[in-house]
Amino acid sequence: MSDITNQSLFELTSNIKEKKLSSEEITKAFINRAEKSKKLNVYVTDNFEKAIDQSKKFDSNPNLDFKLPGIPIAVKDLFCTNGVRTTAGSKILNNFVPTYESTVTQNLWGQGAILLGKLNCDEFAMGSSNETSFFGNVQNPVGENLVPGGSSGGSSAAVAANLTPVTIGTDTGGSIRQPASFTGTVGLKPTYGSCSRYGIVAFASSLDQAGPMTKNVRDCSMLLEVISSFDQKDSTSIDYKRNNYSKELSKDIKGKKIGIPKEYRVDNMPEEIEHLWKNGISYAKDCGAEIIDISLPHTNYALPTYYIVAPAEASSNLARYDGVKYGFRSPGQNLIEMYEKTRSEGFGDEVKRRIMIGTYVLSSGYYDAYYLKAQKVRQLIKKDFDDAFSKVDAILTPSTPSSAFKIGEKTNDPVSMYLNDIFTVPINLAGLPGISIPAGKDKNNYPLGLQVIGKPFDEQNILNISYALEDKINFKNDISDWWLSE
Amino acid sequence: MSKNSEYLIERENKQYEVIIGLEVHAQVTSESKLFSQSSTKFGAEPNTQVSLVDAAFPGMLPVINEFCIEQAIKTGIGLKAKINKKSVFDRKNYFYADLPQGYQISQYKYPIVGEGKVILDMPNGQKEIGIERLHLEQDAGKSIHDIDPNNTLVDLNRSGVALMEIVSKPDLRSPDEVNVYIKKLRSIMRYLGTCDGNMQEGSLRADVNVSVRLKGETEFGTRCEIKNVNSIKFMQMAIISEANRQIDLLEEGKEIDQETRLFDTKRNETRSMRSKEDAHDYRYFPDPDLLPLEISQELIEKIKSDIPELPDEKKKRFIDKFNLSPYEATILVSDIETSNFFEEVIKNSDVKLATNWITGELFAVLNEKNLEISQSPVSAKNLSKLINLIKDGTISGKIAKTVFEQMIDGDQDPLLIVKEKGLKQESDPKAIEELINKVIENNSDKVAEYKSGKDKLFGFFVGQAMKESKGKGNPQLINKILKEKLNG
Repeated sequence: MSDITNQSLFELTSNIKEKKLSSEEITKAFINRAEKSKKLNVYVTDNFEKAIDQSKKFDSNPNLDFKLPGIPIAVKDLFCTNGVRTTAGSKILNNFVPTYESTVTQNLWGQGAILLGKLNCDEFAMGSSNETSFFGNVQNPVGENLVPGGSSGGSSAAVAANLTPVTIGTDTGGSIRQPASFTGTVGLKPTYGSCSRYGIVAFASSLDQAGPMTKNVRDCSMLLEVISSFDQKDSTSIDYKRNNYSKELSKDIKGKKIGIPKEYRVDNMPEEIEHLWKNGISYAKDCGAEIIDISLPHTNYALPTYYIVAPAEASSNLARYDGVKYGFRSPGQNLIEMYEKTRSEGFGDEVKRRIMIGTYVLSSGYYDAYYLKAQKVRQLIKKDFDDAFSKVDAILTPSTPSSAFKIGEKTNDPVSMYLNDIFTVPINLAGLPGISIPAGKDKNNYPLGLQVIGKPFDEQNILNISYALEDKINFKNDISDWWLSE
Repeated sequence: MSKNSEYLIERENKQYEVIIGLEVHAQVTSESKLFSQSSTKFGAEPNTQVSLVDAAFPGMLPVINEFCIEQAIKTGIGLKAKINKKSVFDRKNYFYADLPQGYQISQYKYPIVGEGKVILDMPNGQKEIGIERLHLEQDAGKSIHDIDPNNTLVDLNRSGVALMEIVSKPDLRSPDEVNVYIKKLRSIMRYLGTCDGNMQEGSLRADVNVSVRLKGETEFGTRCEIKNVNSIKFMQMAIISEANRQIDLLEEGKEIDQETRLFDTKRNETRSMRSKEDAHDYRYFPDPDLLPLEISQELIEKIKSDIPELPDEKKKRFIDKFNLSPYEATILVSDIETSNFFEEVIKNSDVKLATNWITGELFAVLNEKNLEISQSPVSAKNLSKLINLIKDGTISGKIAKTVFEQMIDGDQDPLLIVKEKGLKQESDPKAIEELINKVIENNSDKVAEYKSGKDKLFGFFVGQAMKESKGKGNPQLINKILKEKLNG
């Protein structure tokens, strides 16, 4: 048997079900490795002691019907966890311990999973490199001083470095798929309304979705099956019949029509990305899929639209962090001074930048020109996809316009940072499911991802296409464990 | 409306008209809040009716309470208004310590209810007041500044409670109309059970928009908004004071600034709260946590079929069926409890007498004791018994008043009182004839005077006969027999 922490979720659950491994052995193995991996800075808060207790409890009376029997899982620190500090990567929630559990994490524990700890992320999920976190940047296990992507950077690094078997992140404009692409892992953003937003610290409510981040496509299907559920506590949750994704997972994609959008060939796109995409297309053909050229004419407007809609919602969503009720407070002589000091000291630069952008675009006199127009463009972008999906079953694109960059490389250039999301934001704006799978490497041997985009609620189809491509691509992440300490 | 009833403020041969529009905030009668399941009960210990949603904890999401939606639709139907099949909840963004989300969920561009109307019964006829819109919104919490010397305390019990904001058109022209309008609105909502209208508990409060213009002018003047006035009396005082302030400014040749003002009840004057330049930019935008609200025709029809008879229809029925005067009918229907009481009484008794007794004796007692009709010391059942005793001649109206006074003390059965005290009316013609004979015997001089033409003395004989019967003689019988005797 290979090292425990190398194993996929599928292998671990099989080993538990076959009683070859105990939950305690698995939990301790991941904790041991985490103790030696502090350099990566993936954990904001660990739950190791409680996790070991829970694993022992599981082993004493194991329920093997669970889908995640005794499996330890670390989650992004944007999910509220009952009794375990939840910071959203921000100073303003540095001391916040929820008395409630998010629906998505509750779904994990309800299927036998055990909380390992809370993973680092960009502050309030605003960032593409995990550098905006109050708790410091995260190292990409792929190479020293590389960013792991963001905002779910702690999550992607933790999966790639074998510090958790799988994890869940959140994706508002690419925050699952881009870090997955940067770390050679799999990340899926489900259809908007598939996973409940209840108990997830909100960034941009009309875009936020939780999703699985895993080592491979099969694990991804297993985890999605657990976390996706209809929830009356979230008015935007959609009541539809969810598939048994892992059971229905199939590499047979013969006859599937896959669209290739010409607008995704952006200027200055590195040749290796172009190459990666071509390879993906030929693998899809090899699998019997039909390749169809399509057009998504409003693609160019997606990024500016996103950077109006998301900050607008964020500026309002973050108004509740005012020092009055919970979290960080900096005292003042009066209410206004307390607000100003609390929010000036409690939020980092990127969050403040987006609050200011959002406040501006919603202001009277600017609302029509920015927010309202952005909403109209959003409808056009959505219509582009609707039209495309009348001809194809799925769309294949690169996940990101580049591989992981160096820590600090883009921190002073927000716009170049925002450009990272160029292939992922349209999918959030349209509310569609999208998955990033590792598909190759650049000249530095850094991973690159391909994105498969599906029709609403058609996660099964993009999982199947990814499953088939994964098999053909046969990607191997060679990670040297350079960060390990004794 | 006739000219002489116009409310005008005079200044050196000039007459100013006052234009008033009201934004009434009415708390929706509902067990739980607009977007959470917390209780809305009034008067609980601070911060005991607060859910994680109400306190805006991270990741908490609003979920619409459908009952509140139905209540708003019901109210809209009561205001004869258009129900919008699609409406949108927006966020109104501003910072305040008792606003936990940092925004209030309200409806801005697309309210749930559109244009409607309210009919006012004024002394000289009816007047229609237009309703601009009705929308749903969350109430804020309460900031308490006077408990801790160094801190403001916050009570979030009210945070998230559903309010209906009912916006009138600028159709009101006097403090009297405002009085009748608020009472009518309150009456309609109490009939519907959509707002208890309790002003002491803050269930009904209003922002008052006031402007003035010279009589005959057709353009509106610049208006000022007086925020959060919580009694009809204060609304009227605020209007008079604000209108006079504006007129004084105009008379001095000054301009009126459009601004938000507060009414100082102690000084009986309004003062500036913030100018137009300082007005908040609320940055309204559709709440992305809530989908647009879609209302089906079936739901509207279902609610319509459950709408009880409303004051205007009830008034018409009372006039048509019971032959009441419009004045009497207006009084009886103004409050649902009163009209219910009235209908209970007349189930088994005479309508005319019931009307007189309820609007007369009973109202006097309620007024005196400062009671609502629901707290009436005399039950409908016993009042109808009393009326029947009058009607069937068991007691006279005069004796009935004595009986009524005793009934007040513990809702006693009038029959028992009459029996115990021997107050039964004497209606035996023989007995009446006997006592009349006695009166005629004892007053032979007056009889002579009467017979010689002094008709006025008839009343004297009635009085004497009544006295002789110790007040129990049947007045009709006394009249009849006296006439026969004296004229015969």
